[in-house]
Amino acid sequence: MAVGLSHFLMVSGLLFVLGIISMISRRNMIGVLLGIELIMNAAGLNFIAFSRYIAQDLSGHIFTLFILIIAASEAVVALAIVLRIYQNRATISVEAVGEMKC
Amino acid sequence: MLYEHLLSFMIFTPVVGMLIVALLPSSQKNWVRWSSLLFTFLPLCLSGILFLNFDQALADMQFVEKTSWIPTFNIHYAVGVDGLSITLILLTTLLSFLCVIASWGIEAGLKGYFSMFLLLEAGMLGIFCAFDFFLFYIFWELMLLPMYFLIGIWGGPRKEYAAIKFFLYTLFGSVLMLVVMLAFYFYSDPHTFDLIELSKAGILKFNALDIFGISLSAEQFAKLLFIFLFIGFAIKVPIFPFHTWLPLAHVEAPTPISVILAGILLKMGAYGLLRISYPILPHETYWFSDALAVLGLVNIIYGALCAMAQITLPEAKGGNDLKKLIAYSSISHMGYVLLGMSVFTVEGIHGAVFQMFNHGTTTAMLFLLVGVIYDRVHHRKIDGFGGLGNVVPIYTAFVSLAFFASLGLPGLSSFISEILVFLGSFKVYPSLTIVATLGIILNAAFFLWALQKIFLGPLNPTYKSLKDISARELLTLAPLAILVIVLGVYPMPALDLMKSSLDHLLTLFQAL
Amino acid sequence: MLEKVLWLWLTPLATAIILLFLGKRLPRRGDWLAVMGLGLSLTLSLSFLLELFQTHTFEWREQMAWLSLSGLSISFGWLIDPITILMLCVVTTVSFLVHLYSTEYLKGDPNYARYFAYLSFFTFSMLGLVLVDNLLWLYIFWELVGLASYLLIGFWFEKKSASDAAKKAFLTTRIGDMGFFIGIMLIFYKTGGLLTYDDIFKFVAQGQFTGEFLGIPILTLAGILLFLGAMGKSAQFPLHVWLPDAMEGPTPVSALIHAATMVAAGVYMVTRLYVLFTPEAQLFIAYIGAFTAFFAATMALTHTDIKKVLAYSTISQLGYMMMGLGVGAYVAGFLHLVTHAAFKACLFLCSGSVIHATHTQDMREMGGLKSKMPITFWTMLIATLSISGIPFFSGFVSKDLLLAGCLSFVMEHPEHLLLALFAFITAGMTAFYMFRLLCMTFLMPAKNLKVIDHAHESPWAMTLPLCLLSGLSFAIFFTGSLDGAGLLQVFGSWHDWFNEVILNPAPLDEAHGNAHGPAMALSLILATGGILLSYLFYLKKPELPQRLAQNTQAIYQTLIHLYWIDELYQKIIIQPLLKLNTFLADRDNRWIDQKLVDGWKPLTTQTSKGSGHFDNIVIDETLVDGSAVVVSTSAIQLRKIQTGKVQQYVLMAIGAFCILLIAVYFL
Repeated sequence: MAVGLSHFLMVSGLLFVLGIISMISRRNMIGVLLGIELIMNAAGLNFIAFSRYIAQDLSGHIFTLFILIIAASEAVVALAIVLRIYQNRATISVEAVGEMKC
Repeated sequence: MLYEHLLSFMIFTPVVGMLIVALLPSSQKNWVRWSSLLFTFLPLCLSGILFLNFDQALADMQFVEKTSWIPTFNIHYAVGVDGLSITLILLTTLLSFLCVIASWGIEAGLKGYFSMFLLLEAGMLGIFCAFDFFLFYIFWELMLLPMYFLIGIWGGPRKEYAAIKFFLYTLFGSVLMLVVMLAFYFYSDPHTFDLIELSKAGILKFNALDIFGISLSAEQFAKLLFIFLFIGFAIKVPIFPFHTWLPLAHVEAPTPISVILAGILLKMGAYGLLRISYPILPHETYWFSDALAVLGLVNIIYGALCAMAQITLPEAKGGNDLKKLIAYSSISHMGYVLLGMSVFTVEGIHGAVFQMFNHGTTTAMLFLLVGVIYDRVHHRKIDGFGGLGNVVPIYTAFVSLAFFASLGLPGLSSFISEILVFLGSFKVYPSLTIVATLGIILNAAFFLWALQKIFLGPLNPTYKSLKDISARELLTLAPLAILVIVLGVYPMPALDLMKSSLDHLLTLFQAL
Repeated sequence: MLEKVLWLWLTPLATAIILLFLGKRLPRRGDWLAVMGLGLSLTLSLSFLLELFQTHTFEWREQMAWLSLSGLSISFGWLIDPITILMLCVVTTVSFLVHLYSTEYLKGDPNYARYFAYLSFFTFSMLGLVLVDNLLWLYIFWELVGLASYLLIGFWFEKKSASDAAKKAFLTTRIGDMGFFIGIMLIFYKTGGLLTYDDIFKFVAQGQFTGEFLGIPILTLAGILLFLGAMGKSAQFPLHVWLPDAMEGPTPVSALIHAATMVAAGVYMVTRLYVLFTPEAQLFIAYIGAFTAFFAATMALTHTDIKKVLAYSTISQLGYMMMGLGVGAYVAGFLHLVTHAAFKACLFLCSGSVIHATHTQDMREMGGLKSKMPITFWTMLIATLSISGIPFFSGFVSKDLLLAGCLSFVMEHPEHLLLALFAFITAGMTAFYMFRLLCMTFLMPAKNLKVIDHAHESPWAMTLPLCLLSGLSFAIFFTGSLDGAGLLQVFGSWHDWFNEVILNPAPLDEAHGNAHGPAMALSLILATGGILLSYLFYLKKPELPQRLAQNTQAIYQTLIHLYWIDELYQKIIIQPLLKLNTFLADRDNRWIDQKLVDGWKPLTTQTSKGSGHFDNIVIDETLVDGSAVVVSTSAIQLRKIQTGKVQQYVLMAIGAFCILLIAVYFL
């Protein structure tokens, strides 16, 4: 059986749904972060798949590289925030840091 | 280099200053003050260079810088000055400089205050320089933001209420302005935001269209746009009945910010009308001029009556506040500007623009003077003083000068502009002008009454040992006092600056 | 020439500025500087006058650009002709003497330097008012003298009454000034932007000033509007209320501003712009003037405050001048301005000298001062004789001309008999109340010994001005001979210039022919009658007036005294007159002052209060804040969804997305 576009899309859809579930249900900030990473990777996978099968050029690949870079920097900033919160509060539960909401 | 980019240097020097002030350690209060002073002094010098190199004979924009900014939508970074804006630019740089001196005593949140203040100056200068509608709009909003914080954080007891009211009022106006801006863009051929291009005949073509089930002809649509634009600017002027933000904001704002509010922000409305509505929609402006004149009259009389009520109303009913009296008198004085603008005569329009400048100097003096007494006794009740004349003679002299300038005493600058407005408007609306001269008497009545309540009569023993004004306060007041007297005796330096541009503007209306 | 004029004009300004800033640091607080500055101005004015006497004609004008816009240019210009020179001399002479006088009168005042600064500033403004050649600048200096008057009336501002009076003076005159200003605008509009006197006169002479408004010719309307300004400044009925109150200021100020110069500015203005006044407008002026003269004189009869009597007398004399201008005797009206300036300033300064000595202004407290203050008495007597119109004194010359002009006008137009009636009655009353003042102050036996005991003659700086001014009250200074020919010759040159542009030449020469004799006779009789009457009332029978006013006992007692004729006069003329006086003085205070003028106050305050409320409640709280309430209540409902938990938001977004998918699929 040849691997086609629809397979890639199915995998990326799976990744996306898993990411969403992880993002919504986790109380742990790291879990939420992981969910976001999954979502982004799902998007990246989509880009590459479409680029390979439909457009047949490199623009999708370039976008995916962008996404990887943004995901990495985002992870750095987010993890730094999480670390600071952990140092200050000794917890990384999203429930515990609600001071800024009105 | 300097001459080509003079305006940009002038607009963005305060922005650089803002960044530097923000980076200074907040413990170094004097550093913050002195660097703010420096970064308001530099624009003042640059505007001085501008003044010296300004060609009075030219009616068009000078010192033009125009570069493409967002080419997709044909948006340019376009700045320039002409006779209409140069007096206001000079006023802005001067008042900003003086206000930094007047802000010397502020202690709380110094860094934030001065960085906001510098941003405000940049926004104001940008408005008066920009001739691309989009850029104008950006600066208009840019100016709004620091003002909100300056009133809301460093203001008086009801500062939040006042700040929000001010913000919402202006924002409401800006939204209408945005609609007009987009309409101009889409109905011009080729699409452009450039105010100079838009004012050329034949660029702007409106079509008949249906909105919300109401069908409008092209003329009606243009009138609708004029009214939108008018409301946007009327709020800033402020024109009755869009004026209620003004007394509140003035009362709550700290002294230097009241000065900026009254001295410069109020001028933006009238400036916007002259810069945008008049040249781009001349037919609609002409159609609307009767209403404009009546609104001017209402402003003059109504403002004066309300100001007088400040003396008669007890404090519990919201009266008896000196700052409020001055705020209402500003409404009255801006009425002269409207009246002068509405008649399209040489005297009227020069009087209006000159009155804008003179109102800037006189109310700035008035608010600075209220600040002086407020710093000492911490209240502004008109009834709360009495007989101060012999205790603080220099202060009394300055207040008298400012009061007499405001009530239009000959020999002081406001007289010239008021008389020009009246001479101009009498040609077109004689009976209306006669009613408006009542404003002269009402103004004299409440200013003299207030003067008597505060400075004349038996001395209130509480203030036996009140201190007269300090050297720093003198420094803020003296330049304004000199301007008021010099331009009152010989107004031509100011009128020469605006002559060519205003004559050019009037030619648009001669055929109508 | 220009240099001379500038020195003359700007020296007082310079001294005012120097004294204002440095006065306290100068030796003697700088009063010598002010006096010397005025001395220079006086010398220069007198040199002009000498030149005028030699050449009999004088005309000098100079203009410079001041304000020019496209299609509009307003110049600043000087115009010096005989009328200007006479005004210059009047202003600088009185001002110089008042400056000198004040060095003693105000001695020891904490704001001594400021007083002289104000006084010099006033002189500068007044000279400017006289010198300029254009309506707008006339208005400018018109307001500036008003400012100086405000500052000086309120000089002792710690007294509430003084600060009230200052405010009242400024505002009342400003009401008149508004009319003046509207008149200027009307002329500016109708002439297409002309403001210089000469240009306007030419325009009018060419008959181009046409048009009607509500059936009134525009030119008449403009004239009446301009005259409104004069009514305010010259305290003509019904705008006269401020002048008696203005006596709250220091007495030398009253002499300079409220007797000799500023209040005469209205008369000067009407004279200067005489061409603009049509016969109808002139009639209006004549009636206002005549009525004011009469009305104010009646009020002066009863006052016991020495300065207020003089103030009412000033209003009355100003009314005289106006009436003269109105009936066409403009030379007489203007001449009366000049002579009045001298003798009225003298009277005020004498009263100041008395007040300085006795520390009271109430004439009932005075009496018997003749021996204590001989110089003051004799100078005041001369001035009083002059104002009463006694031959050989200056008042006689001018008043006689005025009355003759009035009479000849009435002879030509018998329907305006009222004018002559007012004029002649006023002449009699003037003599009466002035001698009443003199008697009560100096001649009656001392009533309050405490006041009189420490009274003494004033120092030379005060008596010298008195002597000089009383000297100027002799007719010889104005006529050069006893028949009035000298000054009229000077006027003659001006008269010719006047005739060139004048619309309706005045019947001046005719007046001399027909009416001079009867007018002179009548006025003399009335003046003597007034003097005799006061003599009777206050020296012969000092108890008479009080009794007369208090009860009928007085009438009985006078009956016993067998003065049948006098008593008849008292019964049918004087008593009703006295009653009328008190009635008028009372009504003047209660109706005109309190109701007609102050009555505007509640209306204004109520309207302003009402509009303040309206602003606060309807516009601000209902309309503006109401919209905020709508937004905020809906926001309170909507914010419940906004929990601040991002995860819930995402869940909601996905839920919404799913609903959308389903909806798209099924629809």
